[in-house]
Amino acid sequence: MYDKLIFEIKDKDIVEKSNFTEKYNINKKYLREDLDLPNLSEVDVVRHYTNLSLKNYGVDQGLYPLGSCTMKYNPKINETVASMDNFVKVHPMQPTSTTQGALKVYYETSKLLSSLTGMSEFTFNPFAGAHGEAVGLMIIKEYFIKKNDLKRNKIIIPDSAHGTNPASCNVVGFETIEIKSNSNGLVDLEALKAVLDDTVAAIMLTNPNTVGIFEKDILEISALVHNNGSLLYYDGANLNAILGVARPADMGFDVMHINLHKTFSTPHGGGGPGSGPVGVVSKLTKYLPNPRVVYENGKYEFFKTKDSIGSISSFYGNFSVVLKAYTYILALGKENIMNVGKLAVLNANYIKEALKEDYLLAIDSTCMHEVVFDGLKDKTATTLEVAKRLLDYGYHPPTIYFPLLFHQALMIEPTETESKDTLDSFISVMKRIAEEARNSNELLKDAPHNTTVRRLDEVKAARNPILKYKDIKI
Amino acid sequence: MSEVRKDLKYLDTHEWVKLDGNIATIGISDYAQHSLGDIVYLELNQVGDKVSYKKSFAAIESVKAASDINSPVTGIVVEVNESLMDTPELINEDAYSAWLIKVEITDESSLSGLLNAEEYTTICK
Amino acid sequence: MQVNHRYFPHTKKDIEEMLTIIGKNKVEELFESIPKSKLLNEELDLPSSLNELDLYKKLEDIGNLNKRLVSFLGAGAYDNYTPSAVKAIASRQEFLTSYTPYQAEISQGTLQYIFEFQSLVCELTQMDASNASMYDGATATVEAIFMAVAHTKREKVLIANTINPNTLEVIKTYLKYKNIEIVLVESTNFLVSLDDLKQKLDSDIAAFVLQTPNFYGYLEDIDVKDLLEANKSLYIVNAPLCDLAVLKSPGEMKADIACGEAQSMGLSLSFGGPYLGYLACKNFLLRKLPGRIVGLTNDIEGRRAFVLTLQAREQHIKREKASSNICSNQSLMALQVLLYAMLMGKNGLVNYSYDSFNKAHYFYNELLKLDNFKKVTDNEFFKEFVVMYTGDIEKLNNELLNNNILGGLNLEKISNELKNQMLLCINYTKTKEEIDNFINIVRGIK
Repeated sequence: MYDKLIFEIKDKDIVEKSNFTEKYNINKKYLREDLDLPNLSEVDVVRHYTNLSLKNYGVDQGLYPLGSCTMKYNPKINETVASMDNFVKVHPMQPTSTTQGALKVYYETSKLLSSLTGMSEFTFNPFAGAHGEAVGLMIIKEYFIKKNDLKRNKIIIPDSAHGTNPASCNVVGFETIEIKSNSNGLVDLEALKAVLDDTVAAIMLTNPNTVGIFEKDILEISALVHNNGSLLYYDGANLNAILGVARPADMGFDVMHINLHKTFSTPHGGGGPGSGPVGVVSKLTKYLPNPRVVYENGKYEFFKTKDSIGSISSFYGNFSVVLKAYTYILALGKENIMNVGKLAVLNANYIKEALKEDYLLAIDSTCMHEVVFDGLKDKTATTLEVAKRLLDYGYHPPTIYFPLLFHQALMIEPTETESKDTLDSFISVMKRIAEEARNSNELLKDAPHNTTVRRLDEVKAARNPILKYKDIKI
Repeated sequence: MSEVRKDLKYLDTHEWVKLDGNIATIGISDYAQHSLGDIVYLELNQVGDKVSYKKSFAAIESVKAASDINSPVTGIVVEVNESLMDTPELINEDAYSAWLIKVEITDESSLSGLLNAEEYTTICK
Repeated sequence: MQVNHRYFPHTKKDIEEMLTIIGKNKVEELFESIPKSKLLNEELDLPSSLNELDLYKKLEDIGNLNKRLVSFLGAGAYDNYTPSAVKAIASRQEFLTSYTPYQAEISQGTLQYIFEFQSLVCELTQMDASNASMYDGATATVEAIFMAVAHTKREKVLIANTINPNTLEVIKTYLKYKNIEIVLVESTNFLVSLDDLKQKLDSDIAAFVLQTPNFYGYLEDIDVKDLLEANKSLYIVNAPLCDLAVLKSPGEMKADIACGEAQSMGLSLSFGGPYLGYLACKNFLLRKLPGRIVGLTNDIEGRRAFVLTLQAREQHIKREKASSNICSNQSLMALQVLLYAMLMGKNGLVNYSYDSFNKAHYFYNELLKLDNFKKVTDNEFFKEFVVMYTGDIEKLNNELLNNNILGGLNLEKISNELKNQMLLCINYTKTKEEIDNFINIVRGIK
């Protein structure tokens, strides 16, 4: 198996020079001592990274049932459009008369997302979901500051929330109040009532929640929170469940973020770039980050507002990611986007029915776009062992050990782009692994066996961090 | 079943303290090291630093968790187990001999708030 | 339910079979927990679906509303030529469509390239440790400041006012909500003033942030490490990553944290994003470094392998105690920067840097030969510089625009004190012909 680091390939000392002949002097005091980087041939580099890629697994090759990640198919037309020179080769500070196309993409995508979610306007400046959360919270803070309601420094978060939620609160200077979910994994209304007071700025909710269940009391929650003078924030991580079925703003949410790399098919790229647009209801649009895009007298323009929270990115966010999402929405169109949520939820419930004999269903009710199992029913193996054994069968495992409410959590989200055949294959493998566990199959304990590397020593990596090539030589 | 030593006092956040005159020796309990898993990192404060009852004075990390360590007493740090920062895994091996800091107590009033071994064992259930 | 779009692989029969297994008659029954009044029962205000041909043409038309220009403007976003191999590798599905490498056994490709990227950043910056990348240079600088605040437990930060104004705006937004005070250090003649820094350095200062080459293109030459260290403040240097191929590194400047924008290392202009921030630090700050980090380890059979490590720093474990909320990085952009660096090689990176330097100086000298352009300073610059224009800058830029050229930044937009001055940039992507063409055009403007 290919096993080199790029720095371990023999130096080729290749030099390519420009033909510009004028030379100027620079004072040595500004220069560095030396630079220790390789000089390799194009062949070396291409071989190396091609071989590295073969050690990876992408959604183009198989199912990626990661709960709350929405690993749906990434349409290739998105890539073609994002590579068009007219989109790639424009400087962000060009006069807007020369970037009407780019501005149109931002403006139109904001309108499309607003239609889909019921919000008034979206900003595309945030680079990722977590970034969007921070921006949404800043908007909430600014809203209360401008109302001179300065006591509101707390955000309510259910204990099922994703870690970025409380972390984002901390980044923006809010305190968090955690409320326990009830036995159905839903917001406990009594627990909520107990903490609502005039120090609460907002509640952050994911709906459906991280257990894959829809908060059926959402209208009551919304009324309670609004009557308290507080706002509702929607974490859009699970938007795929309700896309085309219902809209967050209709349920009472005032601010939301969307993960374009989840719900809107832009590729995950191994961990980014994503995009976390933030949408708000009309009374909050003036707080959106600068700049915003307006369409007036037949032209698109940037504008800034004095009530804005300010800038949160150097320019306007991850433009080419937004462009891909825009292309996706146009490809689906109104007829088909209405089916996204339905098919996603259908797929998840199908898996739920098929696996609930072997795996312990966390919540026994209809799930939304993802289903959570609390490990194997008969506890003959841990969720970790099941996940690692899945790797041997050529599948990426589902999300494990999240949400924290269930100690052996296994969260499966197939998305709407998986066929019944794919689901059937996955189901049969999961059942087979359950069978292996029942037979005390040793194969689970040390799984995986067939991957390019086997189980890794994470303790060693954390105790003696080696984080760069030069650390290895020591 | 995690070990609880009878001759020590405890906080409900899983720290132990051995009281010897006005010197308190402080560590984390067997339950704590077990919950954390393999400890990979420990950051302690310094001699001369002040510590307060139930307030954080150090941070500990394992592969899957990060936690603050709270002081069972109010006082001034007089000794720090520096070598433990290089080999924090010793805490996993024997949580009660891997002491973190020694403190000269300056306020005895909070001592009555400490849990004895029996009370602490109840919490661990 | 009829679905017949190319992205949906279900047949009507599939759907019926699945519903039977689930025990429902219609898909709509799966949504009974949603309040009925909130279910969408009419079509939304969206356009109709498009087949790929029509979709392509529509986007092409929108693209044609943009105009590509030959850029003589930098100001934080730089023209690049991206070698073809970068695209070829980065568009491979194993890199493009894979998820965050939490399951290390099948993500060794991603994990290894991040490790190599970390190594690249450490070599260029001469820092001990780098993370897997940040969203952009501005947010990376914000995180650097947060690190300094957490380490020193102080709540003020000094920032040289020669920093990119966009970066400063982002810092202001974040620090406002955390009640961290910003004190700007003045500059004289486009270089930061050591005297002003000394005056403003007090026991509440967590760090001093310096950008070099600064926003105006000038190389800062100030030795502040001892001063800051005596005050127990940290030294944060913000530098464009590709310029570090030849310029003095933050490590050699004795910085504690290095941060900045890596876009100039081969990434397209792309109307402002995606770009790439980098963040690196000395060992004593490692535990405060936000974001993902990849470390070396081995598997149970002794094979060398890579894994996400030090995750206890991250939001998914620390939650409300996390100092940063960052979850993703810009992984694929980090891969592209790494590929660029490895394809160019040390020699390429160095040669192209000097190419930018030489072309910019040629351009500068030629401009000063013209009647309307005047020198404003003798400071050493790298590839960007400020020059005074005695005519109307807007008129000049409009004329250039008519020739498909993006002119310099009118610095009056930054400050009234910089009236009649403009910021221009030339890098290796420009040919002598393009530079001479610019000169000829402006020579003709009265």
